[in-house]
Amino acid sequence: MPKPVKLGPQPGNPTELILNGEIRPNEWQLIPQLEAGEDLDLIALPAGKVIVPLRQWRDNREAFAARGGEIGVWLDSDEGAELIGEEATELPLIAVHFPAFADGRGFTAGRMLRERYGFKGELRAVGGFMRDQLTYLRRCGFNAYAFEGEQPLASLKNSMSDFGDSYQTGTDQPLPMFRRRF
Amino acid sequence: MYQYDDRDRAIINDRVAQFRSQTERYLAGELGEEQFLPLRLQNGLYVQRLAPMLRIAVPYGLLNSAQLRRLARISRDYDKGYAHFTTRQNLQFNWPQLEDVPDILAELAEVEMHAVQTSGNCIRNTTSDPYAGIALDEIADPRPYCELIRQWSTFHPEFAFLPRKFKIAVSGSEQDRAAIRVHDIGVQIVKRGEEIGFQVLVGGGQGRTPVIAETIREFLPEEDLLSYLEAIVRVYNQLGRRDNKYKARIKILVKALGPEEFGRRVEEEWQHIKDGAEKLTQEALQWAKSFFTAPEYKTLDGAASEISLQQQAESDKAFARWLERNTYPHRVPGYTAVKLSTKPTGIPPGDVTDNQLDAIANLADTFSFGEARVTHDQNVVLADVEQNKLYELWQQARQYGFATPNIGTLTDMICCPGGDYCSLANAKSIPVAEAIQRCFDNMDYLYDLGDLNLNISGCMNACGHHHVGHIGILGVDKKGQEFYQIQLGGSASNEASLAKVLGPSFSRAEVPEVIGKILDLYVEQRRSEEPFIDTYNRIGLQPFKERIYAKAS
Repeated sequence: MPKPVKLGPQPGNPTELILNGEIRPNEWQLIPQLEAGEDLDLIALPAGKVIVPLRQWRDNREAFAARGGEIGVWLDSDEGAELIGEEATELPLIAVHFPAFADGRGFTAGRMLRERYGFKGELRAVGGFMRDQLTYLRRCGFNAYAFEGEQPLASLKNSMSDFGDSYQTGTDQPLPMFRRRF
Repeated sequence: MYQYDDRDRAIINDRVAQFRSQTERYLAGELGEEQFLPLRLQNGLYVQRLAPMLRIAVPYGLLNSAQLRRLARISRDYDKGYAHFTTRQNLQFNWPQLEDVPDILAELAEVEMHAVQTSGNCIRNTTSDPYAGIALDEIADPRPYCELIRQWSTFHPEFAFLPRKFKIAVSGSEQDRAAIRVHDIGVQIVKRGEEIGFQVLVGGGQGRTPVIAETIREFLPEEDLLSYLEAIVRVYNQLGRRDNKYKARIKILVKALGPEEFGRRVEEEWQHIKDGAEKLTQEALQWAKSFFTAPEYKTLDGAASEISLQQQAESDKAFARWLERNTYPHRVPGYTAVKLSTKPTGIPPGDVTDNQLDAIANLADTFSFGEARVTHDQNVVLADVEQNKLYELWQQARQYGFATPNIGTLTDMICCPGGDYCSLANAKSIPVAEAIQRCFDNMDYLYDLGDLNLNISGCMNACGHHHVGHIGILGVDKKGQEFYQIQLGGSASNEASLAKVLGPSFSRAEVPEVIGKILDLYVEQRRSEEPFIDTYNRIGLQPFKERIYAKAS
């Protein structure tokens, strides 16, 4: 698939989010994607915990090594989990961008990170997803939801448990229902 | 048929509660139009030209009499007393009120029904053969696999927001009666020795860009069905185009990569998951099959039943015609399947009233073990009728308007709701169907023409399957005027083919006359009992072109 010439919508970085079912302050700063050809200015990079685009993470692995637990990576919707692959286990946080709620590629990315690449850190949904997708996001391994815009987080998190059971496997349920009925 | 247990009931009740809350938020202005859209679509709720339309899932077309009576009641209490059978073997209500929909879903849940994923960019209702379990050419009953697919695809967390809608069909017989070659995934049950498995086809579809599916696996072991489907949909979810909705179906991806490369990627993905928890266990397969065992057939003398049927047919020509067209052979001696026609002249194909829904329930209870099947050509099958009760059934079916002896003939057409209801349509389709039915109402002529599929769609989205009609009619918009393009030579059977456009389109008034000329040429050219599609395949499009567009001399 050809790469888009222009950058698409970039994920926001709200001050609060839902993390492990609780409303928590956002301790991470998300760095937007740069135009093709541009490089990350490491000196201007804020101190503390930052989430950098996949390409910047790849390009600056050595420089980031010193900051260990303070560097997270975000995947855009056209970037699959295999682009991080086994290295996922070294990261404290991976964010997956949903440029629009209808763009469901991130559900696959989340599942792959957890199930195939063994990622145990914070898996954060960023971008334009919506509350009614929380059950699906949770089942695909996401444990953090950074909603954009002003949101009543306290009521939104109720939607994490719209369904009490499921037919298929998910990161929350290793056995499909057909293995649990008997 | 499949019966819910407490787990299934809990999931469906959770869905009703979820949609009730979503509807309340929408009505309170907390949920915007754009955000409510995919949520209501995944519950089958469209906003149409005149009113909302609610599409109810009928898994692989199977209904019991309690469900039919509930559908009748809903159409009375919440709608205008009629409903519409669709080409995905589903049922649509045309006039529900938005605020009533949660209550309708609650009523459906009581009879183990729902509207889950009947629209939206997700995995839709799996369709199958209406003669499943009874057909003479059946390799294995497709319904247990359909039910396993239904459960696997219901609220699949990863696949609720695919690039585009996704349709799966399963055929369990040698003759494909489920149109699997025009589905996103077609599953054909096959046998290797005594071992059951599946031939898997991908990338078929109708719509703007009709494509015949390609086989990516000749034999998939039975227990691998779900993991393999998961691998296909996962590859599609990651790579399917999302920049243009008209190029977002899997068929476009399969074309772009080539079926070999697409298949290779699926196999690669599948290697990771094939031995995972979605691998079907023997216990699960036996459990699924246990819902679709044969009903308690009587031991009947098939030969004697045949003789007495012949006698009845000889003394009653109308019954004989019905018997010839509207019944289908059954593998058990003394039994026959019956197709109730929803297509008498002047009624939109697939439409039934609340009383008719109740009548189907009664007929099912009296004659067919309490079950009925919706067919993809929008009729209803009673699968297990004793031959010595056919005459009685026929008399009752006649009273309710279901005995038009036109099954498989020109007037048994597939027709979408078209411009009368649908906001996507370029042109009306129901009046075209009616005009053709009125023009060709001579039963002797229809029988002489024999098997003929005429399919009508009101726009290129092809809900009326015009690409795979022997004769296809497509409504088009020409400078604000409704016109109709005629296509010939389509088929959704084993030898699937896409119809070819005859030439410039016609006004609505001209359509019956053009159809008449096509039929005249066929009658002149056919060899003895040769059906229309075979004559067409032998002589090609050109003679039809010449006849239709000949300059008056």
